[in-house]
Amino acid sequence: MTAPALSIEGLTLALPAMADRANAVETVTLAIAPGETLCVVGESGSGKSMIAHAVMGLLPKAVKPVAGAVRLAGRDLLALDEAAMQDIRGREIGMIFQEPMTSLNPVMRISDQIVETFEAHGLHDKAARRARAIDLLTEVGLPEPSRLAKAYPHELSGGQRQRVMIAMALALEPKLLIADEPTTALDVTTQAQILKLIDNLRHRHGTAVLFITHDMGVVAEIADRIAVLEKGVLVEEGAADQVLGAPAHAYTQKLLAAVPSLTPPERPPLPETAPVISVEGLGKTYRKRSFFGVAREVKAADEISFSLMRGETLGLVGESGSGKSTVGRCCLRLIEPDRGRIALGDLVLSELKSAELRRQRKRIQMVFQDPFASLNPRQTVGRIISDGPVAHGMSRKEALAKARELLELVGLSANAIDRYPHEFSGGQRQRVGIARALALEPDVLVADEAVSALDVSVQAQILKLIKDIQQRLGLAILFVTHDLRVAAQICDRIAVMQRGRIVESGSTAALFADPQHAYTRQLLAAVPGGGRFGH
Amino acid sequence: MNFLKRFARNRGAVIGIVILLAVVAFAILAPTLYPQSPWRPVARPFLAPFVNERFLLGTDTLGRNLAAGLVHGARVSLMIGVVSTLVALVIGVPLGAVAGYAGGFVDDALMRFTEFFQTIPSFALAIVLVAILQPQLGSIVLAIGVVSWPPVARLVRGEVLSLRSREYVQAAVTIGQSTPRIIFSQVLPNTLAPIIVMGSLMIGSAILLESSLSFLGLGDPNLMSWGYMVGAGRTRLLDAWWISFFPGLAIFLTVLALNLAGEGLNDALNPRLARGRE
Repeated sequence: MTAPALSIEGLTLALPAMADRANAVETVTLAIAPGETLCVVGESGSGKSMIAHAVMGLLPKAVKPVAGAVRLAGRDLLALDEAAMQDIRGREIGMIFQEPMTSLNPVMRISDQIVETFEAHGLHDKAARRARAIDLLTEVGLPEPSRLAKAYPHELSGGQRQRVMIAMALALEPKLLIADEPTTALDVTTQAQILKLIDNLRHRHGTAVLFITHDMGVVAEIADRIAVLEKGVLVEEGAADQVLGAPAHAYTQKLLAAVPSLTPPERPPLPETAPVISVEGLGKTYRKRSFFGVAREVKAADEISFSLMRGETLGLVGESGSGKSTVGRCCLRLIEPDRGRIALGDLVLSELKSAELRRQRKRIQMVFQDPFASLNPRQTVGRIISDGPVAHGMSRKEALAKARELLELVGLSANAIDRYPHEFSGGQRQRVGIARALALEPDVLVADEAVSALDVSVQAQILKLIKDIQQRLGLAILFVTHDLRVAAQICDRIAVMQRGRIVESGSTAALFADPQHAYTRQLLAAVPGGGRFGH
Repeated sequence: MNFLKRFARNRGAVIGIVILLAVVAFAILAPTLYPQSPWRPVARPFLAPFVNERFLLGTDTLGRNLAAGLVHGARVSLMIGVVSTLVALVIGVPLGAVAGYAGGFVDDALMRFTEFFQTIPSFALAIVLVAILQPQLGSIVLAIGVVSWPPVARLVRGEVLSLRSREYVQAAVTIGQSTPRIIFSQVLPNTLAPIIVMGSLMIGSAILLESSLSFLGLGDPNLMSWGYMVGAGRTRLLDAWWISFFPGLAIFLTVLALNLAGEGLNDALNPRLARGRE
């Protein structure tokens, strides 16, 4: 075996005194050979990003390396001063971050940002820098590179920006590329392209890749070797096939088992009943007011029709910008639809005036995506859950008693009632959010990416909870998600949305077995790790 | 506890609080320390400070005790500062909250109205208001409040705009809470920190504004205030410097203390911003 491009030897990073554990990572030893991709996998809080930051010398001030070494081609990076690290960053280590929206400077042209990398290291003259920048943009597969070079970041899509980031990271042909969740913010189809690009580039240039991710599907796509981190401790490391095929450690097994399968489970057909919610010809157009010229129109929802029976789950699936969230919110009239009819049983929700609408809102409730933003930080959990019934005339005392019951129902202890949201983990908060929605005994629940912000193991628990509750209470659920794996597991029927229209809908089993529309097929093919998990 | 600790770490803020507490103590104790009216001549005019221990800070052009004037002036300055800030908050907070939450036409209308007040030089407007309404305590407080609410409205509007799209506010809509209730129980409590900070800084500028008005002779003629004292002594600045100097120093220290404390409050209430300074 050749000398490793990067070796991390017994690295321990100490956290400040108030943290929930002593060390962010503990005696982690890893090595990456040139041209190899090592995936570091773990759930949030496992310390995986800290390793990347330690290698870059970009640790937060409160986190201190206390033992071990990070050797890049034999040289210990932890021992270097800031000036020496600056030279190494970019020249020997390239980095790609998670957020392509914020990691580019919005007021600089693309080419200037790439040229800046050369300037910082004093390489080439002006003309050669420009030429190199164009070459790089060509290499990462951007269309019309010479025109794009003059564009500003906001003119590019998320995937294009991430390509620019990759071009910048590779500008100086570093020996090591660190990718910290580079595709997490992207749609599946874009994600598949970016993963392929990273894989091609490291083969062509012999770059070692340290790939940080929480997504087992992505790991299956790209990894040569896998290192699994649990709470800062390296619990398993080995070749990709071995770790994914025959995981030795219980934590790895748990992580893999939690990845939802793409094969929908058998589900008994529901008895035909009258729909509890039916939506017909729903339309919503966003107009961008522009100062000059014609206003731009985006059709977020166009002739959307569907209906749901008691106890049924309909998945609304699509990529970002497909309008699936708009449709979800229009059903609650959180966003006012322009056209169409929304009926809850006999009640035509879309025609209600605002006072009457407020009284009827209890019949359709929502579970939100972000468990950290969906609970008011200044209210106790009891207050959050009981506010709904109180707004509909129940006394606070009764509503609190009910909140206690609901907390038990969603798997929290009843004495959580006096605590504030920040005392809970993401999964627990999402349970509180579900309890809030259930407090009004709705007929319909709209779940807007309700599990997307959660770690896989927590995700599995919340999905199970939603299913249980549905069976017990007979709720109809409109489940908005971008994640086909999750949709496969929880939905009875699925509607695929693209640019504001439903392009295909049908029972989950049929849709996965035999997708009719080209876009559905494209989505299914792009699901990372499709070959390993599910089929 | 945590909040106090963070606040205590900022030395400037602690100094500010100490000065403020001293000024407040003087204001409260004024009738006990100097039971007589501060307007009453008690000794020979132009008595220099630190000469006679009964009149430690000397006397002014009419033989009034400067120390007594200072302590009684502290009451006036602090009271006008606090009350006129409250007036500004009472106007600015609801206006900003409604503009931010309602959006659209209401927002446009309220903000143009706010801008109307911002385009008029605030000091000139205050002078006009006081001159029309007669210089009395009430009209001075009102005038200062009326010229200082626009920044509050803008701040609250901005905060509410960003809070309105938070998921917990949308959740409050879906559970059927009424709009006023959402504004008061979901939105406004989360804007409290910046409002408190701005309020503490505004007390300082209100004191300055009152002093400027009194300096020009537009103060309440029945109340001894620092601004009036500075104004009264200005013609004799060269030969009797202390008459203007001590009240000026009092204004300077009090406003400085309010700014330091406000800054400290800001850091303590926004721990994420403060951490960058370490």
